[in-house]
Amino acid sequence: MKGAELTISNEMLERIRSDFPILDKTINGHQLAYLDNAATAQKPRFVVDRIDKYYTEENANVHRGVHSLSQTATEAYEGARSRIASFLGASNPREIVFTRGTTEAINLVASSMGVSGIEKGDEIVVSEMEHHSNIVPWQLLCERTGATLRVVPVSDSGELEYDEYQARLNERTKLVALVHVSNSLGTINPVRHIISDAHSMGIPVLLDGAQAAPHMKVDVSNLDVDYYCVSSHKMFGPTGFGVLYGKEAILEALPPYQGGGDMIEEVDFAGTTFNELPHKFEAGTPHIEGAVGFAAAIDYLEGIGFDWISEQESDLLTYATGRLRDIEGLRIVGEARQKASVISFLLGNSHPYDVGTVLDKLGIAVRTGHHCTQPLMKRYDIPGTVRASLAFYNTRDEIDRLVDGLKKAAVLFS
Amino acid sequence: MTASGNIAERAAALVEEFSMFEDWMDRYQYLIDLGKELPEIDDEFRTDDYRIRGCQSQVWLQPIPERDVIHFKADSDAQITKGLIAVLLRVVNGQSAKDVASANLSFLDELELKEHLSPTRKNGLDSMLKQIRMYAAAITAKSIPTS
Repeated sequence: MKGAELTISNEMLERIRSDFPILDKTINGHQLAYLDNAATAQKPRFVVDRIDKYYTEENANVHRGVHSLSQTATEAYEGARSRIASFLGASNPREIVFTRGTTEAINLVASSMGVSGIEKGDEIVVSEMEHHSNIVPWQLLCERTGATLRVVPVSDSGELEYDEYQARLNERTKLVALVHVSNSLGTINPVRHIISDAHSMGIPVLLDGAQAAPHMKVDVSNLDVDYYCVSSHKMFGPTGFGVLYGKEAILEALPPYQGGGDMIEEVDFAGTTFNELPHKFEAGTPHIEGAVGFAAAIDYLEGIGFDWISEQESDLLTYATGRLRDIEGLRIVGEARQKASVISFLLGNSHPYDVGTVLDKLGIAVRTGHHCTQPLMKRYDIPGTVRASLAFYNTRDEIDRLVDGLKKAAVLFS
Repeated sequence: MTASGNIAERAAALVEEFSMFEDWMDRYQYLIDLGKELPEIDDEFRTDDYRIRGCQSQVWLQPIPERDVIHFKADSDAQITKGLIAVLLRVVNGQSAKDVASANLSFLDELELKEHLSPTRKNGLDSMLKQIRMYAAAITAKSIPTS
């Protein structure tokens, strides 16, 4: 029975891999083993075709035209918003603000909060495992307003020091801004507890969901999170597009972000009034193709189903972790109890750059460096790591190739 | 190891040495070994002031003042980068500043290591090359008598 299940699973995997044309590419004489999915995920033909169809059949500017094509484009664009809203579990599409990605979503909140609502002495809570994009916007906000950034430390195994998190919440805390899944460590943070502890003190919570949403079903209403940020390109959709989810009442109260066309109701030199949600945060002609492509990526993901995705990724993570641990001198950085399929490691004393270079020669794509989490690297006193980040289309065979490649690298750099 | 010959001759010698290896792993092994033979830089130069800003591997460049002649010591925390430094320095060290400022370093192509010199590789090597050329150009400019 077990054998039969495995066969079905392998057939499914083969079929899924054939949806991603780039996976057949040859790199340095080897078939590509793409293990850099946390940086960006590959795109299925379904998404590429949808974008192609948009430009060949539907392209016009949205929201403005009376002509039919503009109506078609607007329906595609706003239809994508509804699709994304229901996927994320938002109460309605007005809670879905389109951005360039997670980075801009966070910057939007930080920038608009800086206009009103933050003053000297206020505090914002982040953690040591944040991506720079969930640190620097808050540092800039603190510089502008005199507020203070409070940082939750991370344990040796790569988990949030939860007592320290609770200890940083107080009456001056204006926002908790934390990563849902760490891009460097793979740690899945206990977001339900994080949110309920913050809410018990009336503090709103923003989650950076860039690395969570590709791996698990996120339901913002169920989480009761106040802001949730995702990037399309990490979820098998186009680059340059992402979403800020915000509770409607909170977004209503938040001042606009950038000024320009589409975000206004009426412009007069005596004063301008702003468009309703979500358009007041979306100045200028938007990334229409991005919205349409992202909605297609969501259709694709839901077609596969998150049950299968998490089963497959969990199998790969367990297999890869076991095989990597068997390599002499290899040290995994980040061994939280709850992890997504991201494995950071160091091979003996070898520099990650050297290791990554050798793997590239073998057609294996990994990320090396600090992964835009320099404070975290300082915490562990390392220059960076080699990171293998797995998606549902990866295979055990690719992990075997990674292990063989690392053994070659170990010989070279001994 | 002190090399003799002008830039072109030394480059040709390196190309010949590397051509002995058919397998890329052997080529890399040789490169890494060349890096290990580099003379250590002096500790006071292992600072941010002498660090070339690359994204991933760090490179430190220590200029050794010699009239009209280029001489550097350098180091990196990555072994491949250090090997590439050794290759570069073997070609330029001891050459006249004028020759280095205008040197053709296309031999790196023939070593099949050119990929590492791309600015997008973020290993600091491309910046190091620029720094060496700037240094050479500055010495050359200084040594031109002004009327």
